[in-house]
Amino acid sequence: MASITFREVEGSSPKYWALFGFLGLFVLFGALAWNYMHHHGHVVTGMDNQIVWGLPHVFAVFLIVAASGALNVASIASVFNKPMYKPLAPLSAILSLALMLGGLLVLVLDLGRSDRLIVAMTNFNFKSMFTWNVFLYSGFFALVGVYLWTMLDRSVKSYSKAAGTAAFIWRLVLTTGTGSLFGFLVARELYGTGLLAPMFIIMSFAYGLAIYLMVLAAAYAWTGRPLGDAVMMRLKTLLAVFVAAVLYFVVVHHMTNLYFTKFHAVEAFILRDGGIFTTLFWVGQILVGGVIPLVILLTGLGRSRTWIMIACALIVLGGLAQMYVTIIGAQAYPLDMFPGLIEKSSFFDGEVHGYSPSMPEIFLGLGGIAIALLVTTFAIKVLRLLPASLDDATVAKLEH
Amino acid sequence: MSDMKPMSDNTPSSPERRRFVGAATATAAGLAIAPGVMLIEVAHGRPEDQPASSAVRWGMLVDATKCATGCNDCVTACSTENGWTPVAESKHPKQAPQWIRKLELQDPLTQMETNLPMLCQHCAEPPCVDVCPTGASFKRADGIVLVNRHTCIGCRYCMMACPYKARSLVHESLNDTQKPDVPRGIGCVEACTFCVQKVDRGDGNTACAEACTAAGHNALLFGDMNDPESEISRRLRELPTKQVRADLNLNLGVRYHGI
Amino acid sequence: MASKIKSLLARGSAVLTAAVLGLGLAVGPAQAGDAPKPVITKAVKGEQCVEDTEYMRKNHMKLLNVHRDKTVIEGVRTPKHSLKECINCHASEQTGSVAAAKEDFCVSCHSYAAVKIDCFDCHSTKPQGSAAMHSLNAETAHYKHKLASQANAKVSAEEMAGIAK
Repeated sequence: MASITFREVEGSSPKYWALFGFLGLFVLFGALAWNYMHHHGHVVTGMDNQIVWGLPHVFAVFLIVAASGALNVASIASVFNKPMYKPLAPLSAILSLALMLGGLLVLVLDLGRSDRLIVAMTNFNFKSMFTWNVFLYSGFFALVGVYLWTMLDRSVKSYSKAAGTAAFIWRLVLTTGTGSLFGFLVARELYGTGLLAPMFIIMSFAYGLAIYLMVLAAAYAWTGRPLGDAVMMRLKTLLAVFVAAVLYFVVVHHMTNLYFTKFHAVEAFILRDGGIFTTLFWVGQILVGGVIPLVILLTGLGRSRTWIMIACALIVLGGLAQMYVTIIGAQAYPLDMFPGLIEKSSFFDGEVHGYSPSMPEIFLGLGGIAIALLVTTFAIKVLRLLPASLDDATVAKLEH
Repeated sequence: MSDMKPMSDNTPSSPERRRFVGAATATAAGLAIAPGVMLIEVAHGRPEDQPASSAVRWGMLVDATKCATGCNDCVTACSTENGWTPVAESKHPKQAPQWIRKLELQDPLTQMETNLPMLCQHCAEPPCVDVCPTGASFKRADGIVLVNRHTCIGCRYCMMACPYKARSLVHESLNDTQKPDVPRGIGCVEACTFCVQKVDRGDGNTACAEACTAAGHNALLFGDMNDPESEISRRLRELPTKQVRADLNLNLGVRYHGI
Repeated sequence: MASKIKSLLARGSAVLTAAVLGLGLAVGPAQAGDAPKPVITKAVKGEQCVEDTEYMRKNHMKLLNVHRDKTVIEGVRTPKHSLKECINCHASEQTGSVAAAKEDFCVSCHSYAAVKIDCFDCHSTKPQGSAAMHSLNAETAHYKHKLASQANAKVSAEEMAGIAK
């Protein structure tokens, strides 16, 4: 097998520092947003006692799900023994760590008492899916960290497959845990199903790979390194499979619900009468996040690098729309405590709950994305994560 | 309406005053209070150095047929006893905590209307306790479901899990407006406590039930559901009652008649 | 690459050390010198605290932590070692509170020692007790209706202090 040269990016050009500064600015905005929310309390957010999880959770859960998916490429290389993907693995690992960091930061900085994070690390209730997730997230950092080390340090290279397999299994469990945060809730009609766990796993594959491809292409384009089509074409076909699988799960979920009379009202809300949620579902999640990318990736358009990038960006936007519908849409629909009866109260029972995210929430969420990208940008400067060349000739040699 | 309501702690036999006298005679505080408690409720006064016991299960019977349309006395009494701002006076009504609320139900087919108070149902199998990552949501030995604000991190997972929308997050600083017996604060989740401070004092009743009785409606009855001789147990034996979302099988501490 | 990481680490630790040193220099003189000493006012009520004064100074937080768990989780509400009883005795005669003004009992010491207390995010800083003390607590929005019904019972802070004496 031919060897591959990994090299840090120079990272001294004005363009690099401009990118660094741009991302840093958003991290700063995120920090200021947190400070503002923490100082005044959640009263300054759009969240209330009806919509208790808002935009920060949309970003946080999206990033956490995408983090697990970004590890895809590394897993294919080590677990499934595809040498072609080996040179792509280190970036995949660092990106997944960075996305996880961004997601977790948004999640914990949105806590009502974010100053008490230590309490969450020292008091555990093992019947809580949240507690399991605390361990799954920490374990993820440890395992992917070790995996990355086995890829970067020749002296421990022989453990790479073992570490990669452990990380792969762990991240499947992790996303099962993320999906089960919602799957293990009895109160709301759209949750409380085991289907959410595999659905979140397949979503993680799609979102993670889309982000990975964009970061990969950007890194190679902006550093002037050659990136051949062989790599891109394989990965974009894989991406199409994932996106189709996501659509499949969404269809199964809603079709099952539509069969049960008790779910008719909530399904009507999401699919037909829910205003912004209906729009986000059909236009955002299904069209922008599913159908259009599929058309791009599976037709002749998919041979163009630009169109692949557009498809990736649409998948990310569709993913955010999906999280918005999944997390906020499910809360917007009122709890049905007395099936068949019309409910009215001072606590907004029986009415659809409105939600308009405030600026701090938006910037906290964007801050999470920014910190993930900032960490990645910095990591490829200080660590040898990117092959010097990924042109078709170099990649072809790996196959033999 | 609230102005007219008699306040329980203004009456000479007020438990709070009794408690103050007890505390003032510091050396014999425990002794001084225990007999006072016994006068009120023989079955449930426990010495104040004894922990809550699982022999007791506090519960409430809501007779929706007696709950008056437009009456909000239970809600006002709760807000006064526990120090939360009534939603009508709040600057942020959507973010204001509501420990108890009046729910108006109507059957769209028959037009039948029902009134009832909705509050924490004090489940025997509380979903909020299951999901709480730090164990801050917990069920006390005597069945009262509470939030330990010392370990609550404000993640709101319990609010996602509660089928009754019984919980609220405190969205803003309370600026020292709390009642000494009812600590509550920014960033933590809270809900009806069955007036745990009154229960521990030996009152054997909640502010909402007292107010309902004072108003002459008698729609709320609080008591020990484990004691077969208690009034609530006697009434529950006779009246047909339902649990809200009985399909979830959570074994609720609040039972409704007439729904 | 290893050498690059090393140099980075070295640079990082140098920055951190410099920062710590800088902080130490900034804080150092204040600690040694002339920060205003905490005002420790004698409790309004009673002659002796529930434990020895020296012991309380060092260990009040331990007692409070143990007692708070007993109270919240088990429902044991004995006054000894309870925060409420601390407040009942130590509330200032001027403000009626242990933490409203800079010289109030809890705040005075804690700001001197630079130890943040978050007790009063949730707990009232004022004592509970007689009806008179009650209406002092009650100058809050949600008490309006209650105040209206007992307007004649309202007293000023001075009166309250008198009662306490």
